[in-house]
Amino acid sequence: MTTTTAPAGPDGRTVGKNSPGAARGPRRRTGRIRRIGLPYLLLLPALLLELLVHLVPMVIGIVMSFKELTQFYIRDWTTAPWTALDNYRMSVDFSAPVGEALLHSFLVTCAFTLLSVGLCWFIGTVAAICMQDTFRGRGLLRAVFLVPYALPVYAAVITWAFMFQHDNGLVNHVLHDQLGLTDKPSFWLIGDNSFIALLVVSVWKGWPFAFLIVMAGLQNIPKELYEAASLDGAGVWQQIRRITLPSLRPVNQVLVLVLFLWTFNDFNTPYVLFGKAAPEAADLISIHIYQSSFVTWNFGTGSAMSVLLLLFLLVVTGVYLFLTSRERRRSARV
Amino acid sequence: MRSIRAAAIGAVTMSLALAASACGGGSSTGGGSNDSPKELTYWASNQGASVEIDKKVLQPELDKFEKETGIKVKLEVVPWSDLLNRILTATTSGQGPDVLNIGNTWSASLQATGALLPWDAKNFDKIGGKDRFVDSALGSTGVEGQDPAAVPLYSMAYALYYNKQMFADAGVTKPPATWDELVETGKKISKDGKWGLGAEGSNLSNNIHQIFVLGKQHGADFFTADGKPDFTSDGAVAAVKQYVDLMAKDKVIAPGNAEYAQNQSLSDFAKGKTAMVLWQTASATFKTMGMKDDQWGVAPAPVASGTPGTGESTNSMVAGINMAVFKNTDNVDGATKFVKFMTSDAEQKILNKAYGSIPPVKAAQSDAAFNTQATGVLRETLATSAAALPQVPDESQFETAVGTAVKELFADAAAGREVTTESVKAKLAKAQQQMPAK
Repeated sequence: MTTTTAPAGPDGRTVGKNSPGAARGPRRRTGRIRRIGLPYLLLLPALLLELLVHLVPMVIGIVMSFKELTQFYIRDWTTAPWTALDNYRMSVDFSAPVGEALLHSFLVTCAFTLLSVGLCWFIGTVAAICMQDTFRGRGLLRAVFLVPYALPVYAAVITWAFMFQHDNGLVNHVLHDQLGLTDKPSFWLIGDNSFIALLVVSVWKGWPFAFLIVMAGLQNIPKELYEAASLDGAGVWQQIRRITLPSLRPVNQVLVLVLFLWTFNDFNTPYVLFGKAAPEAADLISIHIYQSSFVTWNFGTGSAMSVLLLLFLLVVTGVYLFLTSRERRRSARV
Repeated sequence: MRSIRAAAIGAVTMSLALAASACGGGSSTGGGSNDSPKELTYWASNQGASVEIDKKVLQPELDKFEKETGIKVKLEVVPWSDLLNRILTATTSGQGPDVLNIGNTWSASLQATGALLPWDAKNFDKIGGKDRFVDSALGSTGVEGQDPAAVPLYSMAYALYYNKQMFADAGVTKPPATWDELVETGKKISKDGKWGLGAEGSNLSNNIHQIFVLGKQHGADFFTADGKPDFTSDGAVAAVKQYVDLMAKDKVIAPGNAEYAQNQSLSDFAKGKTAMVLWQTASATFKTMGMKDDQWGVAPAPVASGTPGTGESTNSMVAGINMAVFKNTDNVDGATKFVKFMTSDAEQKILNKAYGSIPPVKAAQSDAAFNTQATGVLRETLATSAAALPQVPDESQFETAVGTAVKELFADAAAGREVTTESVKAKLAKAQQQMPAK
């Protein structure tokens, strides 16, 4: 590196004769800056990409939410007038139609997410526990279970849309024609049943992921625990309750959070199933925001709703992480 | 040491490149230029039975244009489900095609964005003048009193298509001319799994087209003279109720049609499940669905009473496609030339024949092809009894809001719930509240 003619001191530092520190100082400092700076320099491209791909659009979206961005201004949206908080005021004024519709959509989404995540987790966990013991054909079954997760969303959901058709759909054919469970064929893609249709597709699509993660988590539970438990006379149910579920807690914490975020934000499923105008019973928030911006060409209100959604998800995620980590700390202390 | 320096240089270079590409998005406020005179990009709407068929129809014509002018046209046929979104995105980013097709009902909405080249007298002169075009088609090119945002390309109108065999089987000798006759005919046919009329209950645009015409017949417009939404007038409510009642009360539309949005009503018609559809230029589609030309007949769409005409005897919207030039084009002269080519008498005949539509160019209409069984009725309707949808900037929002209301009413009717004047009015009131407040 830097070569110097000055003799080195015992501690490895160069010792100057006449200029203590004057000539060496800056050189050493640049060396240190270089050493410290290099990692940051190497991180720079990733940082810029992150800015470009995530943060800049987010900031632009937030800026847009304070503008009156209708069709008259989209060509050059810097000219759109500032509206201060008008878009937000309109979105959360629950006595007016726009706010009322948003609130309705929000509640539908909450109910949908709660049910979907719960069912996905439950089915996934049950399936993973059942598949824990080796038996013939286990590998095949595991692969089959993962198929819904591996299919492209569009192809899978459009198939469901065909199956849910009123006249020629498979679902009505089985429920009505063959089993005779309903008096007349039901509508699944319009009206109130659309909520059930959406939930079915969402759970069908989501549970294999829960299955996959829980299955991975189960591999880490030592066999000895089960052996010890069965020696102590614990039945299968007790083993699941006292060993399996507590051991899965860290996995479940992440799994439920991820499932929650995915389900709450899901756009593809309702869009492919119902098209641009989802039935009221299945009006998920993502599709509602899409309609509030793209279809009515009011991107300002759409952005304001998106920002509100972002804030809500941030709060939920924050509270969730806070609670679960506190619990983990407490259980670690015990 | 050297490798670290190389990595550092690499990192800096990449960062600079990223920064540069992030800034170089292109300006969105240009006013059109002639920077690239040898090339054009053209977004065509999907007029034939499929995107592939359209490419086959259009490509030979584009080759002809290239031979004449030396300008190469890059064609993209955009499906209807994407077209408006694509145009909006292009408008926002300034990165779009040079020439594009738009649904003529969007003219005023897109005109308001300022993304399309206005067709003033000077521009019209370049393509042979405004008076080459039929008046009804020009009536759907933008807000009245402003320079049109687009030029008519294909014209279409609604007509009543019926299955001759099914009519004969039910003892119906002539197609219904009024709504009462249509309901009566429909009731005769609607039994044993067969139905009188088809509908696309979940297709928002189609719902709008139907109730707009019925609105006219009830003396209602969905906008006031100064462009404010007026969805809850007695006439508008009666129009929507009359349309939904075809399923709810008269039971001549199969309940399953409430969820149709992808032209399933046409395939039901081609399969002989329904006897009638109200549609625009359906002949080419029937052919691709395997129906022979002599199996179906076509008659003017019904009116309340008497014969079709203007005002309350309107029996169709002015349907059609307009051609527009994107204001940001880098080949404005070439784009105008291309519009001139596509609206020339010869091309108008070729293209409208291929799509079963009517040329909006007067001189091209005289061709015998536009006076056949299928096209004669459409031409007559356009000339005498078709009205343009409201030319207001909020037209697109109107289609979504009211189209959704009708979709929900159809869902109610399909589920066996009662559709009353009150429930119709409530849905329309809700739709009106969703319109932009100005």
